[in-house]
Amino acid sequence: MANSAASVVKNLWNGGVEPMKASYGKLMMWFFLVSDAFTFSGLLVAYGMVRSAHTAYSGAPKDFVFSSEYWPIPEKVFEAVPFLHGISLPLVFVGIMTFILILSSVTMVLAVEAGHRRDKKSVEKWMLWTIVGGLTFLGCQAWEWTHFIVGTEEGTIIGRAFIDGEWVEGFKMIGANLTYNQYGPPDFAAFFFFITGFHGFHVFSGVVFNFLVYYRTVTGMYERRGHYEMVEKVGLYWHFVDLVWVFVFTFFYLV
Amino acid sequence: METTNTQHTTEVIPADKEKIKQIIKVAVILGIVTALEFAVAFLMPHDMHTIKVAIFIGMTIVKAGYIVGEFMHLSHEVKSLLWSIILPMVFILWLIVAMLYEGNSVLESNMGY
Repeated sequence: MANSAASVVKNLWNGGVEPMKASYGKLMMWFFLVSDAFTFSGLLVAYGMVRSAHTAYSGAPKDFVFSSEYWPIPEKVFEAVPFLHGISLPLVFVGIMTFILILSSVTMVLAVEAGHRRDKKSVEKWMLWTIVGGLTFLGCQAWEWTHFIVGTEEGTIIGRAFIDGEWVEGFKMIGANLTYNQYGPPDFAAFFFFITGFHGFHVFSGVVFNFLVYYRTVTGMYERRGHYEMVEKVGLYWHFVDLVWVFVFTFFYLV
Repeated sequence: METTNTQHTTEVIPADKEKIKQIIKVAVILGIVTALEFAVAFLMPHDMHTIKVAIFIGMTIVKAGYIVGEFMHLSHEVKSLLWSIILPMVFILWLIVAMLYEGNSVLESNMGY
């Protein structure tokens, strides 16, 4: 009863009007997402620039071998799937990750929809599924990073390299670090780590926010507040993380 | 919205079947477009690279449109909010063109043209 007066004015800003018919929190989340979109664009456009500044592989895809002389074909780099060692399944695992993230976005919309109806039980259920989706995605990414860093047995002769304090000629690199990698020019691994890492960090923080909202739903905080707008706001963030992955998937893995 | 709050009931409003249907529909479209991207990546010959890239970009924009418009609900917000989110993205288009041009120049100067 105490907050019924508050609920009536809750949608108005302090000036007594509501710009763009959106609440303060939602509008600020939108503006944050615009700035975050610029950050990710900066990374992806830098990737495009550096890639176009390297020679492309010109032969037939079936003859492709790793070399630091040209930019690799992404589908030849990302072709491993857990438990299926040695079988070439190009982009299958990344595809699975994409579907996981899209599905967790769907469960998030369902949580927001349940929040509009003030259906506490459904919000709890769908938030939990969203968290599960996010954690699964992070697990997949951890595996993909491990596989990328550890590398394949064959390795690649990358030529002159500075290893343990001295220059080595005809060095055979296995896997990847921030200086050298077996897949292509050093920039290739740097962009892989930075772009998927920055996105993965967004997924991680999204999971933390989602968990916080789930916890506050369970304790009845939003029920007492009289609305579930917080679900909507973290929902915007979570969909944005999915949106970024759609772009990363296309421009880092497919093109 | 306000009326339900002032009534101050804890009653749960029953789910709107139409809304759920719309959510599922968008999810299916996103899944199908992603599957089509895979089909294009592996069924179209490698030497049609430029056309493939164009198709990928088109499909990505379709997916982005559905995620932002429906999942993030932007196409149902007021027009001024919609445009204040969409229009700043013009700067990204400029950045893409400028940086790809720059990258090609770097490549050419490295190759000694």
